[in-house]
Amino acid sequence: MTDLTDLGVAAIRDGVRLGTFSAREVADAFIVKVSRAKALNAFLVETPDHAIAAAKEADTARAAGEALKPLAGVPIGMKDLFCTKGVASTAASHILEGFTPPYESTVSGKLWNAGAGMLGKLNMDQFAMGSSNETSAFGNVISPWRRADGGNAPLAPGGSSGGSSAAIAARLCPAATGTDTGGSIRQPAAFTGISGIKPTYGRCSRWGVVAFASSLDQAGPMARNVKDCAIMLEAMSGFDPKDATSLELDVPRWEQGLSGNLRGKRVGIPKEYRVDNMPSEIDALWQKGIDWLKDAGAEIVEVSLPHTKYALPAYYIIAPAEASSNLARYDGVRYGLRDLPEGANLLDMYAATRAAGFGPEVKRRILIGTYVLSAGFYDAYYTQAQKVRTLIARDFDRAWESCDLLLTPTAPSAAFALGEKLADPLAMYLNDVFTVPSSLAGLPAMSVPGGLDKSGLPLGLQIIGKALDEQGVLNAGLALEERAGFVARPEAWW
Amino acid sequence: MSVDTATVRKIASLARIAITEEEAARIAPELDNIMGWIEQLGEVDVTGIEPMTAVIPNHLRLRDDVVTDGGVRDAVLSNAPQAEHGFFTVPKVIE
Repeated sequence: MTDLTDLGVAAIRDGVRLGTFSAREVADAFIVKVSRAKALNAFLVETPDHAIAAAKEADTARAAGEALKPLAGVPIGMKDLFCTKGVASTAASHILEGFTPPYESTVSGKLWNAGAGMLGKLNMDQFAMGSSNETSAFGNVISPWRRADGGNAPLAPGGSSGGSSAAIAARLCPAATGTDTGGSIRQPAAFTGISGIKPTYGRCSRWGVVAFASSLDQAGPMARNVKDCAIMLEAMSGFDPKDATSLELDVPRWEQGLSGNLRGKRVGIPKEYRVDNMPSEIDALWQKGIDWLKDAGAEIVEVSLPHTKYALPAYYIIAPAEASSNLARYDGVRYGLRDLPEGANLLDMYAATRAAGFGPEVKRRILIGTYVLSAGFYDAYYTQAQKVRTLIARDFDRAWESCDLLLTPTAPSAAFALGEKLADPLAMYLNDVFTVPSSLAGLPAMSVPGGLDKSGLPLGLQIIGKALDEQGVLNAGLALEERAGFVARPEAWW
Repeated sequence: MSVDTATVRKIASLARIAITEEEAARIAPELDNIMGWIEQLGEVDVTGIEPMTAVIPNHLRLRDDVVTDGGVRDAVLSNAPQAEHGFFTVPKVIE
């Protein structure tokens, strides 16, 4: 019999509908896998009861001959950034320890309404700040992948959605939610050989998602293939009156529209993405991607995005500025931690609580944000960055005059070892060089696995599309997936 | 522009985060390095460019001025580190 945990979202959904196996069998199989994978530290909270309840509902509906919901029988992982009613949600921080939301985020609520069950809350970089999953207050997530050099160096699963990427790659869940502020869905997907899409800003409601940088944060799915991402994205997207930036648009039927035929599509190759010191393997994979898209019928054109090099510095002003404002709500009064030293007044309590509750990277970003927004520096930093952001978005608009999509590598390297970049925050920030520009412009973008590097680690290719053209992005992703034939998976050691 | 420990102490105070002298001494060179790298933004000519305020053109909606939610005091207070008589409690503010 097939191992049910090897199946993806579509295969599970279809199998449950056909009665090949029951939803309960699927849930049980994943629950066992999750309980045995503590070494990966991917789950912060396990919620087997939630997964079983959803499975029972699916099996009961099927037995009664009722139509099944779109995700009936599919158990998923939920990034801990999403507030889930009655289940501890900490955003992997100490300051939110003990917080149990009395409400459900719109995205998680939509997934439950679609019939999905929750296997647990996934570890992540604290408040989604990080590119390696080393900033969680509850320990690093360890990638299930290892280098083929005989060494056992623990590798980064990427960040911030590193619990999601590790859990999917290790077959602990068929799919999971992620959030992407500067690449936090795409970079971990690339590091672990899975797929993930960040939709257009505003597609998925941010209501009930712990805020990092509100003008950038966007939820999206991570899964083992493009079709599964399309199915998940359909369930997660849609207008929400509770989020003022939510787009009032119908959700397209992305799964139904999937086609790897790119005839008539023009794909741009941005010349500024050929950065210095990029490993030749990344360059070679990029060339393969170009050939695959040509083979799928696309025409390849060179384009220029002249302000690319300024995207990262602009991001590291805008994101911390918004974070410093958003994280002001953690003051020890309404929820989470309170540190009240003997004889302390209100201001002392705020300062002590925030000193004790935030990790070093979160403090670093709050301080950067406070600095760039402070009197005398606001225009030089924040206004300047917002103007550069306009120029970056304009670069993309100009590119769309000569192409429909862009193809780039997802990250400038394969997964690095844990600890390798921790001492140098700037080196860590530079890892997001290819994902940040499209985040600043609010565009849909996806990573799909393209191949392995010489040490046997996955490398990803990124497709960027026009605003609202998730279908174009998914289709190009599918064309790459069909040709890359990526079947590598980590060998279980955990 | 360089970030020294005095600057770090000032922004930490604005950010309401208590820091020790050792932390300030450790953080100052880190922030100085990051801000030094960020400085390159200054070389971009932004003459006549409007700062971006909305990443996707989307008009803010207005809704009727009516209560859509409420009457959930206990839920609101359920996560408070300290609550009394239906209120959040804080250390004494007025002497």
